[in-house]
Amino acid sequence: MIAQALTRRRERRVLPGFGLSLGVSLTFVSLILLLPMTSLVGQLSQLSWSQYWFLITDPRLLASYAVTLFGAAVAAIFNAAFGLLMAWVLVRYEFPGKRLVDALMDLPFALPTAVAGITLATLYSSNGWIGRLLEPLGMSVSYTWIGIALAMAFTSIPFVVRTVQPVLEDLPAEVDEAAMTLGASDSHAFRRVILPYLWPALVTGTGLAFVRSLGEFGAVIFIAGGKPYETEITSLMIFVKLQEYDYAGASAVASIVLATSLTLLLAINLWQGRFIKRLHGGRG
Amino acid sequence: MFRLSKPRSLFAVSAVGLALALSALSPAQAQGEPRELLNSSYDIARELFAAVNPRFIDWWQAQHDETVSVKQSHGGSSTQARSIMQGMRADVVTFNQVTDVNVLADAGLVAKDWQDRYPNQASPYYSTIAFLVRKGNPRHIENWDDLAGDDVSIVFPNPKTSGNGRYTYLAAWGYADQAFDGNQDKIENFMKTFLGNVEVFDTGGRGATTTFVERDIGDVLITFESEVNNIRNEYGKDDYEVVVPPVSILAEFPVAVVDEYAERNGNADLAKGYLDYLYTKDAQRLLASFNYRVNDEKVAEEFSDRFPKTDLLRVEDVFGSWPEAMKTHFASGGELDQLQRR
Repeated sequence: MIAQALTRRRERRVLPGFGLSLGVSLTFVSLILLLPMTSLVGQLSQLSWSQYWFLITDPRLLASYAVTLFGAAVAAIFNAAFGLLMAWVLVRYEFPGKRLVDALMDLPFALPTAVAGITLATLYSSNGWIGRLLEPLGMSVSYTWIGIALAMAFTSIPFVVRTVQPVLEDLPAEVDEAAMTLGASDSHAFRRVILPYLWPALVTGTGLAFVRSLGEFGAVIFIAGGKPYETEITSLMIFVKLQEYDYAGASAVASIVLATSLTLLLAINLWQGRFIKRLHGGRG
Repeated sequence: MFRLSKPRSLFAVSAVGLALALSALSPAQAQGEPRELLNSSYDIARELFAAVNPRFIDWWQAQHDETVSVKQSHGGSSTQARSIMQGMRADVVTFNQVTDVNVLADAGLVAKDWQDRYPNQASPYYSTIAFLVRKGNPRHIENWDDLAGDDVSIVFPNPKTSGNGRYTYLAAWGYADQAFDGNQDKIENFMKTFLGNVEVFDTGGRGATTTFVERDIGDVLITFESEVNNIRNEYGKDDYEVVVPPVSILAEFPVAVVDEYAERNGNADLAKGYLDYLYTKDAQRLLASFNYRVNDEKVAEEFSDRFPKTDLLRVEDVFGSWPEAMKTHFASGGELDQLQRR
C-alpha cells in the first residue's frame, strides 16, 4: 500500500512498480554486498580488541600500509591529471581514430589484471623495451614503488576518464569562448570557469581510482617485488594470511582497507552534496 | 493486489531456475555416463598429470574393463586445500605440501592416518631443492654458503605463500644447522644474510621462474630440482646450469584420497586405484621422465644419471614434524618474520 501511495504520486516509470524494483535491488544488494560483509564481520568477531589491535599494528603491516597508500596516492594524482587531459581530448577534438582511442580507455577494465601486471613488469624490467631505456638513467620501475604506482595507475585510469567525460560533454565550447570574450586568459578561463564545473566529477573519479588502487592485487603483485618493508602491498599481506588459513587475521587487515575506502567514498559523497548545494544556492 | 502477484510469479520463476541449476550440478549418475575422477593438484603439475591421466585411464580400462575420465584442478596447494574444505568435491589430492593434506585430515575429509596408507609416507615421488645458475656459473655457486656471500642476488618465491619457497627456507636452515652444529645465533645470522640477498619475492614458483628467466634478475634461482631441469630444457641448455647442492631437503609430494567426497561421488575404488597406479613401474618411469625422483629401485637405476647423489635432510629429523616446523618458522611472528624484521 505504501508502495502504491509512493508510485501514484509520481508519473509512470519505464520499469515496473517502485515496490518491486526496490525489492529486487535490495535483495541484490544484500546478496552481493551485505552478505559477504556480514561474513567478514563474523570472522572478525573471533578476535578480541587487543588481538585485533596487535594484528593490525604489526610493523611489517604498517610498512605495507605506507607502500600501498603512497602508491595509490601517486597513481591517483597521475590519473587526475592524465585522465582529465584524456577526457578533454576525447570531448573537445575530432581526430581520426578517436572512437578507437575512446574504446581503448576501457581496456584496463577488460584486461585481466594479472595479464596487465605481467605485461607491465615485462615492459619495465631492466631488460624490457622501456626498462632498458630507463636503466641508464638510474631509474628502475619493475620491483620498486614506481612499478606499484604504475600498475595501480593503469588499472584505475578509466574511473577518471569515464566520470569526467560526460560532464565535459555537457559543457559546450561556447562557455570557454564566452569567458574569453569577457577578457579571461586561457589559463584563467580554465581555472575559473571550466575546472570548477568539472571539479565534482574529477574528485569522484580520482577518489574511485584511489580506492580501487588500495585493494588492487592481480596487477600489482607481479611488478611489486614483494620485499618485506619495501615493496609489500597490503593486499599481499591479506593473501599471505589466507595462505596460513588465518581467516580472522586476513579479515582484520581487510577491514582496515575497507574502512579506509568507505570513509573516503563517504567523504567524497558528503563533500559533493555540499558542493552541489552551494552551486545551486547561487553563491558559486 | 495486482502488484503483489508479480513478485510471487518472480519467486516461482526463480524457484524453477534454482531447481534446474541444482539438478545440473548433481553428479551425472545416469547409466552409460563414464565415471569421472577429480584430482586436485599443485600449480606446476599441469604437464605432469596431463601425461599421467591418459596412461591411468588405459591401465584402469585393462584392469576393470571400465572407461573412466579424469579431471584436473590446479592451483597453489594451500589454495586447493581451502577450496576442498569449502566444498570442491575432489576425489584425490596430489599436493606438494604435507601440511596441506594435514589440514584436510584435521577437517575430517581425509583419514587421520593418510600417511600410512601408501608406501613412503604416501609420497609416490619426491624431489629436492636445487639451484639454477647462469651460464658458466660466474658466481661459483656450489653450496648454500655461497648464497650468503656479499652481493649475490637470489630469486625464490615467498615462503609465506609458496611451497617451494618454504622448502628452500627449510633447506637453507637445515644446511646451516649442520654447518654451524646447531648454534642458533650463527644459523640465524646466516639465514638473515641469505634472506637479505633475495632480490624479488614472487608469490609462486612459476612467478619466480619468470623473474629469473624472462626479466634476467638474480644470479641464482632456487626451486624444485624437477622444475629446475624442466626450465633448463625449455629455455635452453646453453644459457643455464643446474647445481644440486651436496646437502638439501627431501621434498615429498603427498597423495591422499579425500574419503568424504570420493564416497559421496561413488568413486572410492577409482580414487584408490588412481593412487595405486602412481606407484606402478609404468607411472614411476613417467614421473622420472619429468625429473621427479622415484622410490622404485629399478626405475631409479634407469634414470640415475639425471639425479646426482645428495644428502637429503628430512623435515621430521631437522624440525621435529611439519606442524612444528610450520609453527616455529612460518606462522605469524615466527622465525621467518623475526629474521625479516628490521
